[in-house]
Amino acid sequence: MAAEVQNPIIRVRNVTVQFGSTRVLDGLDLDVKRGEILGFVGPSGAGKSVLTRTIIGLVPKVAGSIEVFGVDLDSSSTSQRRNVERRWGVLFQQGALFSSLTVRQNIQFPMREYLRVSQRLMDEITMAKLTMVGLKPEVAERFPSELSGGMIKRVALARALSLDPDLVFLDEPTSGLDPIGAGDFDDLVRTLQRTLGLTVFMVTHDLDSLYTACDRIAVLGNGKIIAAGSIADMQASQHPWLRQYFHGKRARAVMA
Amino acid sequence: MSSDPKLERIAKGNALALCATGTWTASFAPVLERMVADAEKLAGTPQSIFIDVSEVAKLDTFGAWLIERLRRSLTKGPVEAQIAGLSANYSSLVDEVRRVRATAVVDSSPITIAGMLEQIGRAVAGVGGTIAGLVDMLGAVLAAWFRVLIHPRSFRLTSTVHHMEQVCWRAVPIIVLITFLIGCIIAQQGIFHFRRFGADIFVVDMLGVLVLREIGVLLVAIMVAGRSGSAYTAELGSMKMREEIDALRTMGFDPIEVLVLPRMIALVLALPILAFLGAMAALYGGGLVAWLYGGVEPEAFLLRLRDAISIDHFIVGIVKAPVMAAVIGIVACVEGLAVQGSAESLGQHTTASVVKGIFFVIVMDGIFAIFFASIGM
Repeated sequence: MAAEVQNPIIRVRNVTVQFGSTRVLDGLDLDVKRGEILGFVGPSGAGKSVLTRTIIGLVPKVAGSIEVFGVDLDSSSTSQRRNVERRWGVLFQQGALFSSLTVRQNIQFPMREYLRVSQRLMDEITMAKLTMVGLKPEVAERFPSELSGGMIKRVALARALSLDPDLVFLDEPTSGLDPIGAGDFDDLVRTLQRTLGLTVFMVTHDLDSLYTACDRIAVLGNGKIIAAGSIADMQASQHPWLRQYFHGKRARAVMA
Repeated sequence: MSSDPKLERIAKGNALALCATGTWTASFAPVLERMVADAEKLAGTPQSIFIDVSEVAKLDTFGAWLIERLRRSLTKGPVEAQIAGLSANYSSLVDEVRRVRATAVVDSSPITIAGMLEQIGRAVAGVGGTIAGLVDMLGAVLAAWFRVLIHPRSFRLTSTVHHMEQVCWRAVPIIVLITFLIGCIIAQQGIFHFRRFGADIFVVDMLGVLVLREIGVLLVAIMVAGRSGSAYTAELGSMKMREEIDALRTMGFDPIEVLVLPRMIALVLALPILAFLGAMAALYGGGLVAWLYGGVEPEAFLLRLRDAISIDHFIVGIVKAPVMAAVIGIVACVEGLAVQGSAESLGQHTTASVVKGIFFVIVMDGIFAIFFASIGM
């Protein structure tokens, strides 16, 4: 356990991802520490989602290694891998809710697979999760096609959290939410991180989220991490893209 | 690190104290639930109830909820159960689950005989709706066709050619292969049974009439309904799901003109071509089997074929093709545009598209058979 505390929860080393002849990630290194909220930024199309999908194993890599919870995902056995998967939750950009299941069934889906608990407890936990993500219990019997964009995000977060994971990947969680909703979402992530000891890997474009929710920020550019550190480090950086990003018109409005 | 969770009862005079220890997390949920259920049954009317959680090593939503559930069920009458020894880390989590209202989840209504009868009734009543939907689509397609005739520039040639490639050109290999095999089988069966009467040569008559009049076009139409009708439904359905069709409409385009008409035209042109190629492949296959298996020389086969069939047989077959194509296309497009938001709905409508498409093709074939019989063709 002591070793686990010191070791990063995600350890990405020299990862290269290539689609055809386009190299998206080029020898990328990244550590995510236990218990932190890492904001992951970069220009559109830089490969932020690709890295997220590579870590969770949806995109094959050409070279490099990825360790999550100290388990190398390439050399791990199926049961080790399942164990890791049980301990992480993923919020996809479009929610990726199962469209033929109700909200309740969506949230209970991982519980049914991994836990042997009574229907009553699953229903109660579902209600607890819905309350946590700020939704009313009535939503539980609706289908994803009957939800608004913001509600889909919230339900998807509730599903990502349904097994109380140690690590969550959030792919642009606040995009498509109104500013108040996005602010609530940031608070929610913060609260969950504090209460559940969650580690959060958050791909985002939302400056507010970076300022209010994230402990550390990593910036992706040219297939590598060009900077990583606190928000103050980012503001002090002389990198042209970072200067533009953190000193642009929108950034000034957030800081004011 | 993770130790088994425990819930111990410590009675202190009139007070009831429950001491929770160990790991209260999802992995232990079944054990926890049983413990909490046992503790809920504790009898007596103590003056104060405490749930001490200071020894809990790890807590997550499952554990926090079960403690909260225990607190609620022990709070009976005037005495309110208290949670004590909560560390700062976990207090916000417990506060969070405290906000959860216990709502009974409505079970889906049980299956009853009345319910089943109702479903049958609705399905029967739905037949009228289906036919109305098809007629509606036929009208919309014809209206779009007339608009295109008046303004030829709005005709989408690129799209039509693209769909021609998909449903016609790319379908040729499989259609030719299957009809070739069917031709072989008909000839083999014919020879095998006719040989007993010494009437081998009549297999040529049977093959020619059957392939040109009925089997050729019917079989090709069924294959096209399965291959292209399903593709149309899936394409339009997923476009509907992702609001692409709504996007078209808001830009001032008519989805029928942009999406349905090119597909319909491609299919109506493709099916006669495929039916012709299919008939030729079947005759070739039949001829091959007649020669190799039945010993009918190719010259004899061709001579006999010329005597046995007239151009009427060919016309009867090929005239049906565009009509069947229109039926398949309309069914597929109606089903595609009826898809709702879920993946399940897409699957249901794609299945319905193929099933209804094949059904209507066979019904049309029957109507044509009666029609041609009565005009003596």
